[in-house]
Amino acid sequence: MSAQPQAQEMMAGGRRIGEVVLSVEEVSLSFGGVNALTDVSFDVREHEIRAIIGPNGAGKSSLLNVINGVYHPQKGTIRFLGEPRHDVDTHEAAAQGIARTFQNLALFKGMNVLDNIMTGRNLRMKAGLLAQAFRFGPAEREELEHRAVVERIIDFLEIQAYRKTPVGRLPYGLQKRVDLGRALAMEPRLLLLDEPMAGMNVEEKQDMCRFILDVNQQFGTTIVLIEHDMGVVMDLSDRVLVLDYGKKIGDGTPDEVRRTQAVIDAYLGVGH
Amino acid sequence: MKRHVPVILLIVALVAGLVAPLATGATTPGFYVEVLLGGLMAGVLYSLVALGFVLIFKASGVFNFAQGAMVLFAALSVARMAEVMPLWVAVPLGIGIMVLLAIVVERLVLRPLVNQEGVVLLMATLGVSYFLDGFGQSVWGSDIYEINLGLSKAPVMILSGVFKGGILINKDDVAAAVVAVLLVGALALFFQKTATGRALRAVADDHQAAQSVGIPLNRIWVIVWSVAGVVAVVAGMVWGSKLGVQFSISQVALKALPVVILGGFTSIPGAIVGGLIIGVGEKMAEIFLSPVLIKAFDLAGGGIENWFAYVLALLFLLVRPEGLFGERRIDRV
Repeated sequence: MSAQPQAQEMMAGGRRIGEVVLSVEEVSLSFGGVNALTDVSFDVREHEIRAIIGPNGAGKSSLLNVINGVYHPQKGTIRFLGEPRHDVDTHEAAAQGIARTFQNLALFKGMNVLDNIMTGRNLRMKAGLLAQAFRFGPAEREELEHRAVVERIIDFLEIQAYRKTPVGRLPYGLQKRVDLGRALAMEPRLLLLDEPMAGMNVEEKQDMCRFILDVNQQFGTTIVLIEHDMGVVMDLSDRVLVLDYGKKIGDGTPDEVRRTQAVIDAYLGVGH
Repeated sequence: MKRHVPVILLIVALVAGLVAPLATGATTPGFYVEVLLGGLMAGVLYSLVALGFVLIFKASGVFNFAQGAMVLFAALSVARMAEVMPLWVAVPLGIGIMVLLAIVVERLVLRPLVNQEGVVLLMATLGVSYFLDGFGQSVWGSDIYEINLGLSKAPVMILSGVFKGGILINKDDVAAAVVAVLLVGALALFFQKTATGRALRAVADDHQAAQSVGIPLNRIWVIVWSVAGVVAVVAGMVWGSKLGVQFSISQVALKALPVVILGGFTSIPGAIVGGLIIGVGEKMAEIFLSPVLIKAFDLAGGGIENWFAYVLALLFLLVRPEGLFGERRIDRV
């Protein structure tokens, strides 16, 4: 909280990159005969921003979905906080501290901004069903505490003016912010962002970049993000994983990756 | 805008049909109001069953064909248990049985069939429906049983100062309406004001996103089937005290079908309004429209009450498939 983010250069020095929180070891995933991922290994360290890039159909979203328990890989091991996981479901992954946002918005359209973000507190609510229904003392107090956390997130994302607006009526860029807010409300150990800037205009992209950096700096949240905008990726991330046709073709700092021949080939094409 | 024209025409026609008997002087105001109230009361009962449908459909996308069987099973359980214990013990026990049923259905039917086609789940609930019908009779017997809510069945005369001859109204009908209103109010509070209600709404909106914030689908299904079970207990008691607890209650579910088509599969207010429209519509049609039709076409008898709801539902399917309050589905192609 104390570290004042001033410039990009401070990033590497300002935060302490810590232990490995997530390690993906030789994971393979196929649908029928199609191999979405083949022997992919990489790790994510605490407090870092880790980008996954690659051309369309490279397996980026599949990898994110494997981490978050939507898909179960046929082969390989995933360790989260040191523990190997076996066929963890999405809601169990959430309970372990993995939050995510969606490429195509998946907000709860029938609800307002506040309620959407409040769903992120669901796992932390302890009061029983009946206590909630009748709002017994502890349940009421609990609701208020969670509400306070959510209000802070709303302030942080600068969407105070839309607290009670049904999310369906918000412009796209703001809906993306609500999506981020819902994930932040979970106070995740690992935050997965699936193309957080897809479909945004330049101004919206700048805002989103700032929020991602602030989340990382202020809360120390570990972030894995998929992004198409190369400029964004190179500016934001500490390390970049490059996929092509479900295989890892590059892994390292933005500068290292930029110089890798296989990556250049995948992005610019090679003469055949 | 164009797409609203047939809907508006249909609604205008319904309203015209509603006021026609009065406007043409075919009936006295007193009798008209009596029919209207009778229709509203029947409508409340339809709404109660339709509510169960809507709750489950919203949260799981499953069209629960077994809702009628659940009403019968709940009514049978409460009626038979009330023979050996006070009603205030039998009712909570009945609710307990329905919660148990919800857990069993989730475990044995929904969980293994998760992510299957809607039609597969529909067939599964059809199976649950027949099983419950039979199982209920095996356990509780197949006679006609009564639920005595301690209300007098004697009609009372009201508003005799306003209308000539007054209006006859049943006390237990009024009680049923009050119960229905309370139940709907309680459900609305539960959905809007509790964290569990919020989780239920979240699941109804987007399964995947709900799971990603850690809402377990399985538990939500148990909760929503339990709530539908509680609704079934209330509906079963109200129906049962009126008609006696018997197999035909299970068929009431078929009347709830047009109700949800009219109101919209995903709308709780839709279930209420749809039930009232169907209830009033079929009573009005039976009493005022059928003599006209019999005379005009030289028919053998009325019987409009049996098909009116379905014809109305069919018309709505033609002009507004999502129902009055349902969400319009916009699919990407």
